[in-house]
Amino acid sequence: MMIGMRITTVLSIIGLFGLWIIAAMLTNDPQVLPFPWALNAPFRQELASGDLLFHLGATLVRVVWAFTLAMGLGCVLGFIMGRCPKINRWLDPWLVVFLNLPALVLIVLCYLWIGLNETAAILAVTLNKIPNVATMIREGARALDQNLDAMAQVYRMSWFARIRHVIVPQLAPFITAAARTGVAVIWKIVLVVEFLGRSSGVGFQIHLYFQLFDVAMVLVYALSFISVMLIVEWVLLQPWERRVRRWRSA
Amino acid sequence: MINVDIHAKHFGPVQVLGRVQFDIAPGETVALLGPSGVGKSTILRIVAGIDTQFEGTIVRPDALAFVFQEPTLLPWRSALDNLLLTQSGLDRQTALAALDRVGLASKEDAFPGQMSLGQQRRLALARAFAGSPDLLIMDEPFVSLDPKMAEQMISLTETLIKEARPATLFVTHAKAEAERLADRILEVKGQPATLCSLQ
Repeated sequence: MMIGMRITTVLSIIGLFGLWIIAAMLTNDPQVLPFPWALNAPFRQELASGDLLFHLGATLVRVVWAFTLAMGLGCVLGFIMGRCPKINRWLDPWLVVFLNLPALVLIVLCYLWIGLNETAAILAVTLNKIPNVATMIREGARALDQNLDAMAQVYRMSWFARIRHVIVPQLAPFITAAARTGVAVIWKIVLVVEFLGRSSGVGFQIHLYFQLFDVAMVLVYALSFISVMLIVEWVLLQPWERRVRRWRSA
Repeated sequence: MINVDIHAKHFGPVQVLGRVQFDIAPGETVALLGPSGVGKSTILRIVAGIDTQFEGTIVRPDALAFVFQEPTLLPWRSALDNLLLTQSGLDRQTALAALDRVGLASKEDAFPGQMSLGQQRRLALARAFAGSPDLLIMDEPFVSLDPKMAEQMISLTETLIKEARPATLFVTHAKAEAERLADRILEVKGQPATLCSLQ
């Protein structure tokens, strides 16, 4: 079963590369769409110069900051809104507004109000993601088992024990879903933020090579960061998800 | 001595409980008997301190345990952790002994989802008695069990109560259960519900 799934994944990725090769053959212009193997030389050149790692690192730091802040604040906000109907009634319209506010508007406003600096960049990404996290966690908080609440109360479990052993395990599927979609969305917004107003990062490099109409370098940076995020997904998020779901499959 | 003096309990505009007043002496077992939906579980939740929105006063000890209608276990924690995490100050050996006492000696590492309903109920019972409560509250603890399993659970509960001698308040709609376990039976009836003594 597991081997079959892996074979399917490998075949699917090979299929994607096949599609790329066919498209490159049809366009027949390496400046518009180079073949996959044509990226090898520019990739090695960027790696050797240190630029690739520097800009990947800069983007990764912004992703980590924005992800941590958005998950932390979004979880707290979503939990409070899910547990306190009165607060939810007050904050729900705000949530709707921020959910429908285009990412680009928030980015531009943060740069205009705060300046072209790291604070503005990370804040813009964080504000974009908090409403999504809060919405998902709010649903989880609404679905908390009231009998388990009562049990924890009767047995006088400490505040910390209730959070750790009663509430967080119930919210885990929602936190995991928010984290996985969060990582996927945040790094894309970080690239836009860098594109518009930073002097480092993958987004900045893509902006630079966009101006030079260097499709190969754009693809080198984009694919490099996709690879980093896939490693994060496989090494951190998926094992964590398997761990929190362990009791379900036991 | 546990003293229950409820003047009234409302759910919105509906008054579900009228004057409900009784005492439970240390070591005494009191059964609340009555039809479904009359307000028996509401009385238990008020006595346990889960429901605080009522008119009246409750005097109860700090060390209390509650056996819910459903096992109400932490499904993501092992059987042993279900005892250790809910009973502060409980050591591993005492928790293992409590599991052994209800016939779950080999199940310490099992998750509740890996156990039968009967085993989950035993685990809930082990959790209740592990902390040596002064007051034990049980809300229809033998409901939805087949007759053989129910008989086993009643016998086990009877034995555990005799050993630990907590003041016990439990709800049932089966008169035979009440007569077997209780020193005193109180009938809950009416709308709003009040008490009358049967035994």
